[in-house]
Amino acid sequence: MSAPNPTILNLPDQRTATMPHRNFINAEHGLLSWLLTGDHKRIAILYLISITFFFFIGGAFAGLIRLELLTPQPDLVSSDTYNKLFTMHGIIMVFLFLVPSVPATLGNFFIPMMIGARDLAFPKINLLSWYLYMAAGIMMLTAMAQGGVDTGWTFTTPLSTHYLNTHVITTACAVFIAGFSSIFTGLNFIVTIHRMRCPGMTWFRLPLFVWAHYAASILMVLGTPVLAITLVLVGLERIFGIGVFDPTKGGDPLLFQHLFWFYSHPAVYIMILPGMAVISEVVSTFARKRVFGYTAVAFSSVAIALFGFFVWEHHMFIMGISNYSALIFSLLTMLVAVPSAIKIFNWCFTLQQGSITFETPMLYAFGFMGLFTIGGLTGVFLGSLGMDIQLTETYFIVAHFHFVMVGGMLMAFLSGVHFWWPKMTGRMYPESLSKLAAVVTFIGFILTFMPQFVLGYLGMPRRYHAYPPEFQVLNVLSTAGATILGIGYLLPMLYLAWSLKYGAIAGNNPWQATGLEWQTQSPPLTENFIEIPIMDHEAYDYDWLEHKTADEVTHVG
Amino acid sequence: MGISPVLWQFLVKWLNASALFPREASTIAPYMDSLYFFLLAITFVGIFLVTTLLVTFSIRYRKAVHPVATQIEGSTLLEATWTIIPLGLFLICFVWGALLYFRIYTPPANAMNIYIVGKQWMWKAEHPGGQHEINALHVPTGQPIQLTMISQDVFHSFSIPEFRIKREVIPGRYSTVWFEATTPGSYHLFCTQYCGTNHSAMIGTITALSPADYKKWTEQSTSGMSLAQNGERIFASMGCNACHSGNAAARGPNLAGVFGSTLRLTNGSDVLVNEAYLRDAILNPSQHVTSGYTPIMPTYQGQISEDGLIDLVEYLKNLNSNDRVQQTLTISQSGQSAPPASGVVKP
Amino acid sequence: MDSAIANPQAEHDTAEHEHVVLPQHRHHFATQEQQREAGSFGMWLFLLTEIMFFGGLFFAYLLYRNWYYDAFVTASNQLSVPLGAANTAILITSGFFMALAVWAAEVRKKALLVVFLIFTIVFGLAFLGIKADEYHEKWEKHHIPGASFDASEFINPAAFGLQEKPLAPDAAQKTQMFFFLYFAMTGMHALHMVIGIGLLFWLLARAQRGDFSAGYVAPIENFGLYWHFVDIVWIFLFPLLYLINRHPLAH
Repeated sequence: MSAPNPTILNLPDQRTATMPHRNFINAEHGLLSWLLTGDHKRIAILYLISITFFFFIGGAFAGLIRLELLTPQPDLVSSDTYNKLFTMHGIIMVFLFLVPSVPATLGNFFIPMMIGARDLAFPKINLLSWYLYMAAGIMMLTAMAQGGVDTGWTFTTPLSTHYLNTHVITTACAVFIAGFSSIFTGLNFIVTIHRMRCPGMTWFRLPLFVWAHYAASILMVLGTPVLAITLVLVGLERIFGIGVFDPTKGGDPLLFQHLFWFYSHPAVYIMILPGMAVISEVVSTFARKRVFGYTAVAFSSVAIALFGFFVWEHHMFIMGISNYSALIFSLLTMLVAVPSAIKIFNWCFTLQQGSITFETPMLYAFGFMGLFTIGGLTGVFLGSLGMDIQLTETYFIVAHFHFVMVGGMLMAFLSGVHFWWPKMTGRMYPESLSKLAAVVTFIGFILTFMPQFVLGYLGMPRRYHAYPPEFQVLNVLSTAGATILGIGYLLPMLYLAWSLKYGAIAGNNPWQATGLEWQTQSPPLTENFIEIPIMDHEAYDYDWLEHKTADEVTHVG
Repeated sequence: MGISPVLWQFLVKWLNASALFPREASTIAPYMDSLYFFLLAITFVGIFLVTTLLVTFSIRYRKAVHPVATQIEGSTLLEATWTIIPLGLFLICFVWGALLYFRIYTPPANAMNIYIVGKQWMWKAEHPGGQHEINALHVPTGQPIQLTMISQDVFHSFSIPEFRIKREVIPGRYSTVWFEATTPGSYHLFCTQYCGTNHSAMIGTITALSPADYKKWTEQSTSGMSLAQNGERIFASMGCNACHSGNAAARGPNLAGVFGSTLRLTNGSDVLVNEAYLRDAILNPSQHVTSGYTPIMPTYQGQISEDGLIDLVEYLKNLNSNDRVQQTLTISQSGQSAPPASGVVKP
Repeated sequence: MDSAIANPQAEHDTAEHEHVVLPQHRHHFATQEQQREAGSFGMWLFLLTEIMFFGGLFFAYLLYRNWYYDAFVTASNQLSVPLGAANTAILITSGFFMALAVWAAEVRKKALLVVFLIFTIVFGLAFLGIKADEYHEKWEKHHIPGASFDASEFINPAAFGLQEKPLAPDAAQKTQMFFFLYFAMTGMHALHMVIGIGLLFWLLARAQRGDFSAGYVAPIENFGLYWHFVDIVWIFLFPLLYLINRHPLAH
């Protein structure tokens, strides 16, 4: 490790590494052994395949949207179809991709290993989570096949309850079921982290990946049920017309807004915290240095989760809410921005005095840090009451959330997939191609979404099928970027699949990382560890790694 | 704004010319833009800082030149620094933004009121003088205009980017916003809240005219009946004047001059009578019973359109004496139907 | 209920000493104790989600009760306090039997366990039966919100022989909001009870088989938690829905 090698793939361990004879993939054979598994690693792989599938469907819709927006006139598809496209894009991306992405794949796979456990607390509920996810996905595909839904992912009443005749109830059911998938995942994580840490694994020795997932799980468990009851009320209103959101019957459409955003704001933190979890691990590993300010980063995660529950009204600033409540929520929104800033700076300073290499996961992590900073700071624009008046409901919002979700979360997801790919599959992916994909994604992303900030201030509204001609140049730039972005996302699909058969053998710890998951074979055993480890060192302890005994048994065969 | 007006003009004109920045066409626009530039400045500083840190650390501490990492736990001083400074900056944004928000949503007393009714998928503007516009709004420059808006169906949002104003238009209650146009010209009007199939077609043109041109326009485009006059007709045809006749012994309270006054209700609370109160009193009368009267007023929910309600509100706003009421009483008495008996349910 | 677990504490100490492993021990857990604690924690968390779930309905109820107080009072007086009180007593009794069932499992008395589970089910079904009767009454009086809702009883109570303050027509329409929330909240509660009774039948079958009389009590305990939660939701629903302003102050 201290030899001046340009890459770390030429370590003696890696050069002679072989695929372990027995691992979780070949432990059992047959489709049923996968479909009825209790192994958290297999469930993670099932999730990985399914969310990738839905990601590409949601992405295809995005492509069609951007294609339509090349011209100011509504000429590619009809208005109703366009409305369905952006609705389904939003619903699929939020509920079927972003919310489960890191937790259900990387979280499921690695939380037990990181804490030294053999599995999550409730393996059957874990499998149930995946089946609920698949049921939700199939239900959504059914709604699409039947003609789609055009409420917007926000299901705004009274539009969704009284003024549309599309498949609102089917989609609402699908989201309801997906919500329970999310609740059970979060519940599983919380119990596991509380109860199943190995001896010596105190809270402050946990990897920051676990802390961030713990915070996200609290949000999942407490926030998602409110979405569930909101959707039930929308369904009842739609079917029976009782008037809970209907002003002509004494109801209040703003009640829906409060109930919906009470979940949907914490939802964005459910989506981003696991991404931040990945960044902590990646930056530490590729700087060969413990995370700067471990306690600050850990508590920031929890602070984001806590504050995140109290800012929902900032989605409603122009809807006629009381001035006093507007003041309170704007103030709280400013407060919730601070922990994210703390994290960014802590990651930056992790690099200082480190020994940095620039493998693909690190490139994605850098991309995350830059793009999330922009996305997060534009959130401050929106949290500032007066500024929100000009910017809300325009493309500025679209750009803001794509910066944090795509430039942030999706980049973090790709970073994590690349980082742990060797551990999950036992294979390395081709490094130069993956670096190219990372750079292409970064460039494509900026080109797609930067012009949208400008469009937003100019006043171009979101969810618009047609627009005034003077906005065309910026839209064309955005679509060009989207094409490049699409290529950037397609490439990993191809080379990761290729690597399964032809990639170099990874060995136990190609990155020389400190986590417990890296001290075992790649791919891991079904039972994760031959013996439950005893944690006797701090998190990110590179000195410990250096002095590890060479003849420690780490893989079978 | 703290920087020289000349510099400001230059900056804004240059940005405009590049088609990357909207024109400033209202009195509030410079305030909005200055906050925007401040926020942009913070963002650039933040990006610059983060990028500089990433780049310099990456170069200085790359493995080739710094093969051994030094394990550092953290620094409370640094943590405090990058907690307090961002918090301070964000709090400045909070205060500045709050001030701007109150400026935009608190109309001045001398604002001229124009009603906006939004429905799928068009905007109807109703001037007090009776001019009706569809997907258009003519306003004079140099005069504060208050828009009182309501939706007939779903949520819409009334947005004039070049005036830097926007407000949600909601079914069931009035929402207001005000502006003062500075420059004659044509400006975009957008609906910015997704409202169904033709959401992107729910657009229009705001035409700001000099006061003289505006006067000419109002004279040319009047339909003959002002909103108040229309309201008077509805007041008679719906039978309101039967109880609200202005007599001391009438079953309903005297409505002359009621707008703008403070009313005591039967439940002991005091309310300010504004447009929202009047509209709600017509639709949910049992919750707005004036002290000393019984809750016998029937509800007109479902019987009067939002346009009709606006006409009634305008009529009541301008009702200063009972003469008008008496005149309507005598004019319409013969053709008037009996008011519904109390106790009859209107489904 | 905790006292039911206190007794086996001594058993636990010796159990850990002897590394007694029950047949239901899942191998990803290091000890049986860890498995039990994890299961219990998981159930508490799930109940927390249920609180948030019902919370949305409670919030809507609080809002509209505040806005339309008179209508809500009048509508609430339509609900039968004796029936509601009886239901409360029945549900508490059912919970009592559930607690006894947990105890019986702890002390490994299979016959008692079965009997107590049966009583829990019986009282649960009685609750649902009374609820169904109340719903039926609402159906007959056209108080189910929707197209067939009839508010005339609230506008002219004297004609129906009721000693109530008459409501103006627009206020009378707001009683629909009360009934909607009544059906939504008690309906959601009843749904949870139906699911619970279904689970009880399954637990009963397993108890009969002897699954829970040899030291493995987690399913009974955790279901007990769920059942008591359903009980507590009702204890909030009853006063909120049935007992608003039962003795109206003279105006």
